[in-house]
Amino acid sequence: MEISILAISYLVASVTFIIGLKMLSHPATARRGNLIAAGGMTLAILATIFLYKDDGRPLGNYGWIFSGIAVGLVLGWIIAKKVKMTAMPELVSFFNGMGGACAALISIVEFDYIYREAASEPDKVFGSLIHTGHYLAIIAGAVIGSVSFIGSMIAWGKLNGKIKDVSFKGQHIINLIVLVLVLASAVATYFAATNSAIIYFFVTVFLALLYGVFFVQPIGGADMPVVISLLNSFTGVAAACGGFLYDNKAMLTGGILVGAAGTLLTILMCRAMNRSLMNVLIGSFGGSASGAGPTHAGGGTVKEITISDAAMVMAYAKKVIVVPGYGLAVAQAQHTCHELEKVLGEKGVEVKYAIHPVAGRMPGHMNVLLAEADVEYDKLLEMEPANEELKTADVALVLGANDVVNPAAKTDPSSPIYGMPVLEVGEAGMVIVNKRSMKPGYAGIENQLFFEPKTSMLFGDAKKVLQELIAQVKEI
Amino acid sequence: MEEITGFIQANLDMIYVVILMGFLGIEVIGRVPSVLHTPLMSGANAIHGVVIIGAIIIMGKAESDNYLALILGFLAVVLGTLNVVGGFVVTDRMLEMFKKKKPKS
Repeated sequence: MEISILAISYLVASVTFIIGLKMLSHPATARRGNLIAAGGMTLAILATIFLYKDDGRPLGNYGWIFSGIAVGLVLGWIIAKKVKMTAMPELVSFFNGMGGACAALISIVEFDYIYREAASEPDKVFGSLIHTGHYLAIIAGAVIGSVSFIGSMIAWGKLNGKIKDVSFKGQHIINLIVLVLVLASAVATYFAATNSAIIYFFVTVFLALLYGVFFVQPIGGADMPVVISLLNSFTGVAAACGGFLYDNKAMLTGGILVGAAGTLLTILMCRAMNRSLMNVLIGSFGGSASGAGPTHAGGGTVKEITISDAAMVMAYAKKVIVVPGYGLAVAQAQHTCHELEKVLGEKGVEVKYAIHPVAGRMPGHMNVLLAEADVEYDKLLEMEPANEELKTADVALVLGANDVVNPAAKTDPSSPIYGMPVLEVGEAGMVIVNKRSMKPGYAGIENQLFFEPKTSMLFGDAKKVLQELIAQVKEI
Repeated sequence: MEEITGFIQANLDMIYVVILMGFLGIEVIGRVPSVLHTPLMSGANAIHGVVIIGAIIIMGKAESDNYLALILGFLAVVLGTLNVVGGFVVTDRMLEMFKKKKPKS
């Protein structure tokens, strides 16, 4: 009877995962979907603790289990509540890495069990003494979990600026070699004599960690969201390996569901940037951009504008469209930006926001940021309506965005971002660009927009510039 | 050959689950607006935290003199809980911000 209650709990949990994911993909139901999935997860965890039987014996070590959960609960809750909205993307990566590490640890302990069972016959081939299916699940969980863990940690470090992009010539070849070595070592573990199998196993785990580093290290910071999404689906598959191992349907459904959804989400994100997944992983951005030809052509001169002139122009405009980008997020200027919108609104200026799908470091990043600053939902325009509105706008104010407003994506077939849909700010009567410097954006290419006669530059930190603008507009 | 058919035979229901969930996962999020990409990724991240079940099993069945299993198991439970709790709480925080705006618009 108890067993069947456990099975039913897992069934219910699996269904909540599916419903939760479904509801998460619609704005109106998303939050409820998240809570439903969390409810299912709680049920599955409690049922496992109290009802799971291992060969007919109930689980023990309750002290360890509950203290482990308590530590994780408190830490997770505090971290998740304390972190600033701008740091959300790297936080997702961090938690993903924790899941990957968890899967890898499970595999290591399970390997230790089957190794001990086989250890009485040290000279026989290891694979002949164990259950092949179990071995496959264990080794796959260990490898995928390790890659996911270390990869997520590096992505986390890159997003908060602690780890720089490093790549060297022939890196892809070396990556491939390491990957082949991982597989070879996994096979060797199986065919080795039992007493040396454990050495091969840990070599496999070590190589998997190494591969994780090599895999993520050369990919540029701007592509991290795609990488995180991919690693997210990896962790899903690693969790599903655990499901195979324990014949546990909740782990299996949850894991595969996330694996599949994560893969699709990764592809959708790439599509929003009009690039293929291969292109992201091989990392042609940044590295090879120097070969991108005549991006400097017609360099021309850059025109600067003073704060007071910019304030004047905007205060007397009818319609201003703000184009936020990563610079806004870095400067934590979303509240100041909303304030400027209000001040301008009092002067009778219509202010709207044009949100590029990949502005910032994650799809939807800008929506989350501006929502945090209480910007009204209907003032945020998605790309197509935004491009319509830009045609009738007097001023387009670009705040720390670069590649998403680069006209080269439309006009220059040799540009690495050619074909990516962009916000056509050039359609507005005038363009004011706020940037910290003339440094190129993450695609590593020059932006012809800055040299257009219509464009005026307003250098400085987004928050500082916006504060000064607000002060000036108020005086007018 | 026999081994392969045997393997499929023995794990048939698992294989069904894998295939069906694979398609379902793709189907379920097929038409997600790009605004929700980040929260959806975060929500999916929390769901694969289900791996904690494995950690609990490891921990619960560890013999009291098996220090490797005890220590690694404990670590796995902590990390798994971090994944679950952190994942759901962060997702909720993100979505909370969307929610507040809705009635106004």
